[in-house]
Amino acid sequence: MSAHASYYVPAQSRWPILASVAMFLLAFGAATLVNAITAESGTGVGLMMVLAGALMLGLILVGWFGNVIHESRAGLYNEQMDRSFRWGMSWFIFSEVMFFAAFFGALFYVRTLAVPWLGGEGERGVSQMLWPGFTAEWPLVNPPDAEKFPGPHALVDPWHIPLLNTILLVSSSFTVTLSHHALLRDDRAAIVRWLGLTVLLGIVFLGFQAYEYIHAYTELGLTLHAGVYGATFFILTGFHGLHVTLGTFMLIVILLRVLKGHFDPAHHFGFEAVTWYWHFVDVVWIGLFLFVYVI
Amino acid sequence: MSTLDTAVPGLHEEHHGPAKGLGRWLFTTNHKDIGTLYLWFSLLMFLTGGVMALLIRSELFQPGLQLVEPGFFNQLTTMHGLIMVFGAVMPAFVGLANWMVPLMIGAPDMALPRMNNWSFWILPFAFAILISTLFMDGGAPNFGWTFYAPLSTTYAPPSVTYFIFSIHIMGASSIMGAINIIATILNMRAPGMTMMKLPLFVWTWLITAFLLIAVMPVLAGVVTMMLMDIHFGTSFFNAAGGGDPVLFQHVFWFFGHPEVYIMILPAFGIVSQIIPTFSRKKLFGYASMVYATASIAVLSFLVWAHHMFTVGLPLAGELFFMFATMLIAVPTGVKVFNWVATMYRGSLTFETPMLFAVAFVVLFTIGGFSGLMLAIAPVDFQYHDTYFVVAHFHYVLVPGAIFSIMAGVYYWLPKWTGHMLDERMGKLHFWLSFIGVNITFFPMHFLGLAGMPRRIPDYALQFADFNMIASIGAFIFGFSQLLFVWNVIQNIRSREAATARVWEGAQGLEWEVPSPAPYHTHTTPPKVE
Repeated sequence: MSAHASYYVPAQSRWPILASVAMFLLAFGAATLVNAITAESGTGVGLMMVLAGALMLGLILVGWFGNVIHESRAGLYNEQMDRSFRWGMSWFIFSEVMFFAAFFGALFYVRTLAVPWLGGEGERGVSQMLWPGFTAEWPLVNPPDAEKFPGPHALVDPWHIPLLNTILLVSSSFTVTLSHHALLRDDRAAIVRWLGLTVLLGIVFLGFQAYEYIHAYTELGLTLHAGVYGATFFILTGFHGLHVTLGTFMLIVILLRVLKGHFDPAHHFGFEAVTWYWHFVDVVWIGLFLFVYVI
Repeated sequence: MSTLDTAVPGLHEEHHGPAKGLGRWLFTTNHKDIGTLYLWFSLLMFLTGGVMALLIRSELFQPGLQLVEPGFFNQLTTMHGLIMVFGAVMPAFVGLANWMVPLMIGAPDMALPRMNNWSFWILPFAFAILISTLFMDGGAPNFGWTFYAPLSTTYAPPSVTYFIFSIHIMGASSIMGAINIIATILNMRAPGMTMMKLPLFVWTWLITAFLLIAVMPVLAGVVTMMLMDIHFGTSFFNAAGGGDPVLFQHVFWFFGHPEVYIMILPAFGIVSQIIPTFSRKKLFGYASMVYATASIAVLSFLVWAHHMFTVGLPLAGELFFMFATMLIAVPTGVKVFNWVATMYRGSLTFETPMLFAVAFVVLFTIGGFSGLMLAIAPVDFQYHDTYFVVAHFHYVLVPGAIFSIMAGVYYWLPKWTGHMLDERMGKLHFWLSFIGVNITFFPMHFLGLAGMPRRIPDYALQFADFNMIASIGAFIFGFSQLLFVWNVIQNIRSREAATARVWEGAQGLEWEVPSPAPYHTHTTPPKVE
């Protein structure tokens, strides 16, 4: 039986167990590290473990994906295998959607229920006794306990950097699609051009985001400590930013693979998976732009 | 396009046998090896969590503080819950899925075998982190397995951070495991194995995997918000900053309620395999079973706040969640009806797996009914946080989920080891468990109705008798599980060979392969009519 006809079941692999060790180092190290930071007792062991774990996981991913690319290019994967990867990536993106759903849900709950209740709406007047002067508003710039949680003095103007970032990210969804279309007609130069532009747009987006964070912290007083508005703002935009970073890495990897001559019009699921992920990141941003910045 | 690389490691080793030594288990990509690892791990966690349960029951044997510090008692209840939910029940079902799904659908292995190994090997590390908290300054998490804020944030011991990160990596393991199971079921079925021919265990797992992928990320989200509140000054669960501790409960139970079904749907699947075999009849109402399972899954997303009736929900919320919860009784009733109808006029025999399955139907139904009582919002004000709740969820989890796992293990063990079970010992284990479990948990209904609160190390004198009875039952149940361990080990060492079919009435692809199942099965897909 040829390798093409049957489903490829890989032989034993060292990557998963090593990756589990790396994850252990990351998890245990991260816990030790943040506990040490909160207790103000230095960062020593925890930081070392996190760095070791991150380095190890990075190397493992290179090796593991390297194996997969190798096997794919050796023609070991048939169409059925391709479908497994497609299902895998789709459900992974669905799990990411649900991760963001938790934070969007928190935002909607706080905004439409918790804060109005704190302001005494409906029958839930207890909080009025705790903080009699509190009035409900959104964005919440005057949290109930202004000493513990000093609210921001100003908010990010959605029509400057956030709008620019929206334009950048939406355009990048187009450029990545143009790159995919170039791949489908095997126009290598165009693939590289559009993919390179996508990476660039991603990086500029991240630069603006970093600028906005610094601006928020230094000038607007919009911080993690600024009450629940700051909390929802940073958790949503922060995790989105992390996903853009990861997506940009993924784009760079497929760009390098394109440059090495990988992918052809018929076989390029690795490429497609990254475009799916990039579109997902884009869609989340549109949700953020609307519900965190504009409305 | 063929500047191809020559040396691909493992290229021509597709049909290798098991490797030698420890490496076999560390590096394996074989679904049977990984299933075995999951099952042993689950057993180890079951015994660990069980020891904690027995410590809890020893403390509660008599009123007054007897054995442990109240603070440590809280750590015990928390760790017992976490270990049993995430360490014993869930991995056991994943282990059974790993072993049986590819065999049942005619697949050569799981869809993504290396990721399968990763899903398993994260777990021992995650639980090493979790259990290590017992030895940390300030002790282990002590806020209950539901870790409500602000107990788990403002008032938590420092070890909560380790708990958060261990939940994170457990979640990653569950999500990867679930993705693998879905991809396997959707993509790896043998030709002719259409969706409506899938064995019910496979169907229930498909739906369970969907639930896992939908809610484990929400759990990750909620522990992340805790982490931010504890260490980075945010106020998600702190009203002083405009947040709300009740928000924690909403997000947690949005995960938590589907999680409950994650722990019972595969059990439905197992029982739906076993009852037809020992009734020597086809399963009654196959299609309705599939639709009932799917409806339960959909409803599970709409009922979360029935855990929060006393927290101060608006009246409309109380009513919505009450009625939505009661709706779940309909598809569940369909299932119970179908199991009973399958047995009706069947040629029944009661081998050990069947005993556990029948006990499941009866005792799970009791747990279901007490759930229906709890669903009634006005009376839940009385039952909330009492031993009635403890009785309810232990009835669905112990003689529910755990009995189904025992049933599944006894049912498929001959396929795994190639040896028949010593029926006498199996039945002894069953009867001791059955008696023990009822003595333990049935009196808790009365305790709860009389007002004994859960999660406390001491209680008023009028609760003494039932507590003593429950503790005696717990020890009967707990120690009879050693018989289970004994039975499994004896089975592995036994010489009584099993046939391929194993059970006279067994139907399905898994019974077409020899016993023990060879290391690689269905390398060429079987034809299904």
